[in-house]
Amino acid sequence: MTSPVVTVSDRSATAPSGASGSTPRLRTPRRRHSPGRPRRSVLLTVLTGLVLLYSLVPLVWLAISATKTQEGLSRSFGLWFDSDFALWENISETFTYNDGVFTRWLLNTLLYVVLGAGGATFLAVLGGYALAKFDFPGRRAVFAVVIGAVAVPGTALAVPTFLMFSEMGLTNTPWAVIIPSLISPFGLYLMWVFASEAIPTELMEAARIDGAGEVRTFFRVALPLLAPGIVTVLLFTMVATWNNYFLPLVMLKDPDWYPLTLGLNSWNAQAATAGGEAVFNLVVTGSLITILPLIAAFLLLQKYWQSGLAAGSVKE
Amino acid sequence: MPKHSRRLLRALGLVCTLALGATACGGSDDGDPDQKAVSPADVQAALKKGGTITVWAWEPTLEQVATDFEKEHPGVKVELVNAGTNNDQYTALQNAISAKKGVPDVAQIEYYAMGQYALTKQLTDLKAFGAGKLSAQYSPGPWNGVRAGGEGVYALPMDSGPMALFYNKTVFDKHGIEVPTTWAEYLDAARELRKADPKAYITADTGDAGFATSMLWQAGSRPYTVDGTEVKIDFSDQGAKTFTDTWQQLIDEKLLAPVTSWTDEWYKGLGDGTIATLATGAWMPANLASGVKNAAGDWRVAPLPQWKTGGKTSAENGGSALALPELGDNEALAYAFVEYANAGKGVQTRLGNGAFPATTADLQSTKFQETAFPYFGGQKANKIFAESAASVPDDWSYLPYQVYANSIFNDTVGKAYVSGTTLTEGLRSWQEASVKYGNEQGFTVGK
Repeated sequence: MTSPVVTVSDRSATAPSGASGSTPRLRTPRRRHSPGRPRRSVLLTVLTGLVLLYSLVPLVWLAISATKTQEGLSRSFGLWFDSDFALWENISETFTYNDGVFTRWLLNTLLYVVLGAGGATFLAVLGGYALAKFDFPGRRAVFAVVIGAVAVPGTALAVPTFLMFSEMGLTNTPWAVIIPSLISPFGLYLMWVFASEAIPTELMEAARIDGAGEVRTFFRVALPLLAPGIVTVLLFTMVATWNNYFLPLVMLKDPDWYPLTLGLNSWNAQAATAGGEAVFNLVVTGSLITILPLIAAFLLLQKYWQSGLAAGSVKE
Repeated sequence: MPKHSRRLLRALGLVCTLALGATACGGSDDGDPDQKAVSPADVQAALKKGGTITVWAWEPTLEQVATDFEKEHPGVKVELVNAGTNNDQYTALQNAISAKKGVPDVAQIEYYAMGQYALTKQLTDLKAFGAGKLSAQYSPGPWNGVRAGGEGVYALPMDSGPMALFYNKTVFDKHGIEVPTTWAEYLDAARELRKADPKAYITADTGDAGFATSMLWQAGSRPYTVDGTEVKIDFSDQGAKTFTDTWQQLIDEKLLAPVTSWTDEWYKGLGDGTIATLATGAWMPANLASGVKNAAGDWRVAPLPQWKTGGKTSAENGGSALALPELGDNEALAYAFVEYANAGKGVQTRLGNGAFPATTADLQSTKFQETAFPYFGGQKANKIFAESAASVPDDWSYLPYQVYANSIFNDTVGKAYVSGTTLTEGLRSWQEASVKYGNEQGFTVGK
């Protein structure tokens, strides 16, 4: 990382742009192929191509299936269009079915993501920064706890959390989903590693000498430098909250508070219910609408994200 | 408190033991003396007073019923919550009961799962409300279901699923196959169909606990005997043999489509003629009409094939009731709603929206029997269903932990559908696993 030397009064402190700032420079004995122009390998290209195909086929299937009616889904080949192109009808029906409950689910999901993932990221940044840049007794113990917490899947904690929350009378409220989402051990660990690499201690000392308090140092000096890491953690927690299924399944019983994942599943379950209406076309269209924001978030934040991933990989 | 009122989810059981101590898990132990009679006057008073009741149900026709009920009794609010279908809701209910918080006032429970809640005293015995007098109103299968092999009446039947054979007439006519009246003819029809069209199967079956138990029921097998906490499980009777002999041949000769029920693929097969019949409960027409629109007019209904020529025995498949969880509040109001929905005006509302009744009066009414189904080419299918409902033997019982038993069906009997194991061996390992689990749960299970 090349960090521009900034003083606190310099407001234009920006994050180093990832693409040019942190290309890994690996020492290799081979001369003809610099890291900038690696050798082409047919085998690797084919392999990556296969992996790409493997990842894209479900998406293609989803996009194509979203254009079919309920009958069309069962009448046509999965990876090609049906004679009826019903995408617009499907979309409008998705938003109007069950008195437009889909919109409500979408807003719920947004609420959980903004508060849950936003809060989780904020807490991870604060904690990671403190653990990386301040020496205090018990740091190693905290480290051990965090690493241990990374290993515990959230699903395993869902039922105990449910019992705890029901004691507090919080089940079946949005808080039951938001509060557990605020804790992201992995995000904390990532921020910790990132902060120790990205913030030169000298810079913090310079800020202190210039008379900035700790809070100001954090917000004006550390935060801009942490931007790539923050975006990475934000993406991780966003995806986790957006796709969260088991926790809300255990916590929420009122469809009015369902996130999209639960809502779509309840529509899907209708097909297996006596007297229920099979609405596979709406489930598929709803799923497509559900993943669009995630794809958009990845594309928009890609620049920061890539530089965040490579952080700390090169000693400068 | 007896050990047997432990819960179902293993994970939860562990948590219960850890967090709450074993006594807090399972049934209520708050020493509520049962059998305080609640007079109709008390129920009326509760309705006048008003209040809110929470109903957990996934049955779509209840929405209209709840709306009507609120109209009729201003001041009463019915919170109808779809807390998931079948197992999802049972898990949620079990969680709520363990936590003793957020337990609904009314819950939809299928007949096969009733025993689990009734035996562990997690449901209010409705005899206190005079529900015992309603026995004549319901057909034998469902009424037997809400008694759950015990002394009480633990719910009021909402719908029922007397079985019939749904068949794709277009496919049968095309290949000149007769509609089978016995399971032997059914086996022949399966062979003929495979010969005529290698892509078509008589039916799809990858192993389904509900279907298998209903078939055993019809074949005269009574694998489960339940007497309080004394349970016997035996899959070696003649009835079980009758069923496995025929079904084993269908499996061995690869006459069953390897498609799991209720999947997208299954709906597809029902629509394009590759799955030609379906032996299931009488609630199926609504699902066909919405899920298999493109085959409208192709399908017809026939009586369930018999094990003996000229026989008239049927079985129930599916169907559920509305119960009052013991920990729910507002019992009088909750009962008023359940009675309205399942014995009162609500029944007609639900029938109008395509539900299948459990009430004999409706099953036998001319209006019901003369209903023509456009989906079945105008056929008056209800006649067949009503006859089936009347021919269900009422001495069948499920296990008091059938939900768990069904959840391990695919690991045991299911193997017979995909490997060299036979159905008989599969049933034996199902029996062993069920016996083992029952004993672990504090039942006394013999073979």
